[in-house]
Amino acid sequence: MLRFLFTRLSLIIPTFFGMTLVAFFLIRLVPGDPIETLAGERGIDAERHAALLKEYGLDRPVIVQYGIYIAKVLQGDLGKSVITQTKVMSEFAALFPATIELALCAILFALLIGIPAGIIAAVKRNSILDHGVMGVSLTGYSMPIFWWGLLLILLFSVQLDLTPVSGRIAVQYFIEPVTGFLLIDTLLAHDTDAFWSAASHLILPTIVLGTNPLAVIARMTRSAMLEVLGEDYIRTARAKGLSSFSIVAVHALRNALIPVITVIGLQVGVLFTGAILTETIFSWPGVGKWLIEAISRRDYPVLQGGMLLLGAVVMAVNLLVDVAYGIINPRIRHQK
Amino acid sequence: MTTTPTVMAPSESSAQAAPLHPFKDFWRYFSANRGALGGLVIVATVLLLAAFANVVAPYNPDLTDNTVFLVPPAWANGGSSAHLLGTDAIGRDILSRLIHGARLSLSIGIAVVAISVLVGTTLGLLAGYFRGVFEIAVMRIMDIILTLPSLLLAIVIVAILGPGLMNAMLAVAIVVLPHYVRITRAAVISETSRDYVTAARMGGAGHWRIMFSEVLPNCTAPLIVQASLGISTAILDAAALGFLGLGAQPPSPEWGTMLADAREFVLRAWWVVTFPGLAILITVLAFNLLGDGLRDALDPKLKR
Repeated sequence: MLRFLFTRLSLIIPTFFGMTLVAFFLIRLVPGDPIETLAGERGIDAERHAALLKEYGLDRPVIVQYGIYIAKVLQGDLGKSVITQTKVMSEFAALFPATIELALCAILFALLIGIPAGIIAAVKRNSILDHGVMGVSLTGYSMPIFWWGLLLILLFSVQLDLTPVSGRIAVQYFIEPVTGFLLIDTLLAHDTDAFWSAASHLILPTIVLGTNPLAVIARMTRSAMLEVLGEDYIRTARAKGLSSFSIVAVHALRNALIPVITVIGLQVGVLFTGAILTETIFSWPGVGKWLIEAISRRDYPVLQGGMLLLGAVVMAVNLLVDVAYGIINPRIRHQK
Repeated sequence: MTTTPTVMAPSESSAQAAPLHPFKDFWRYFSANRGALGGLVIVATVLLLAAFANVVAPYNPDLTDNTVFLVPPAWANGGSSAHLLGTDAIGRDILSRLIHGARLSLSIGIAVVAISVLVGTTLGLLAGYFRGVFEIAVMRIMDIILTLPSLLLAIVIVAILGPGLMNAMLAVAIVVLPHYVRITRAAVISETSRDYVTAARMGGAGHWRIMFSEVLPNCTAPLIVQASLGISTAILDAAALGFLGLGAQPPSPEWGTMLADAREFVLRAWWVVTFPGLAILITVLAFNLLGDGLRDALDPKLKR
């Protein structure tokens, strides 16, 4: 097990350094140097320009600059936002819980609907139900979620007036952040009205962000179930006279879920991609919206740091999934 | 179990004297899939609309008409048959814009896939054939690209290169590149151990000949499938960039850009928001159906 962990980690470290290289050099592809970018259209005189270059260490060889950058990154220092002058790391830390809360709700939504839908489709193979589930799932998979969000707003917020259009919670509530998750913080504050407000704000973004994973999970569950249902031990279980329910729920599902778990791990990147769009549509105050705003403000340190941090989170989750998978399945752990 | 003989038949027949032309064999499987046929019909229709946009579209897509702001579609209250799908906030005909937008979306999809297939196949072929340090370097870079959330990387690339259609296409092409590299490399590695490659080598064929005329043609099936599914991803990603204001710039009738323009009218004019998204959904869905059908027809392992 230790060796397995070690190989996984040794794969991750070069990827992380590669990512810092990408983050470092991509930003240097911006036309003009960072000082000119900072100065914007006002321009800057040559003397001040040279002084600032020296102050930021930009007059040194690129390789030295990269070394300094790496040293800082390893200490958790990702620089300051050009606009707000706060540390990128602390801005990220303040906004990330909102994104996580949304992403967790979305994946939960996708699992709670996707797995049962996939099971039903597999058990009732080639029935109308199966075709229906697969059709809806392919549609969900092809859905431009930014449009889907607008449609849902149009229907539920504008026509039916059931859900709020944007934000995380109604403005009259102020909740002291404890965990950063509003659903939990409102309960900790014993404010049920605020809790319902936060929950109602979550509904549409959850559906929008959960749609793509839902489609993938339903398809994956169906094909994994179909494979498992054809195995000999299922026939044995049937021959023993077990009820169809216990065959599906006890014997088949457990084994079918293993590939599904892997897929859930792979959905993390998809979720962050979706979060950028979902947060933009619903003005959800998370890291996705923060990054999009950073682009329009040409706030390159935020862009650079945000990319690195999100990449690191995806890597960490993938590592966890890998390890969890290794724990469950000895064949994975022992293969070279 | 009764399906086993039919699974084996095509691969055997193509290896020996073929009773069925490979294309006919392929078509037999493909045409049995109604979803795939539907996808093909829609894709062909969109292609034709895009090709003859100038003839088909009732209006010039950029023509503004200040007498017809936000006219609803023909069947709705207050709609007129002059504008079937209504008009937008500055009186442009939505149907005409969608038809011209098909040109952009399809060109984006095809261009992105062309770039990534070309570069990805070459890299994957070289990596899988020569192995060693080159392979490690290429695959590490692909891992990095895959680790970063796709749209985020595309956004950062566009933010750096500057917004616009060309840069958006380039960004999406870079983001989807790893899929092609990985598929090609895996296929090349399994092919190079085959006897026909050894035979070619014994026959004195050089590296380039073996790579491009022996191995590559045998790796095309998974690439074709990935490419047809990749067009849908490319159209979606490019539309998302357009929606975020980083892709094609207004007044271009690109579907994502149209949606971005329409956002502020979501409360007043549902049709401005509904139709561009529907166009994206239908096109992407059609390419996915087509891709699924191609995969089922081309992959002997999945043949029923």
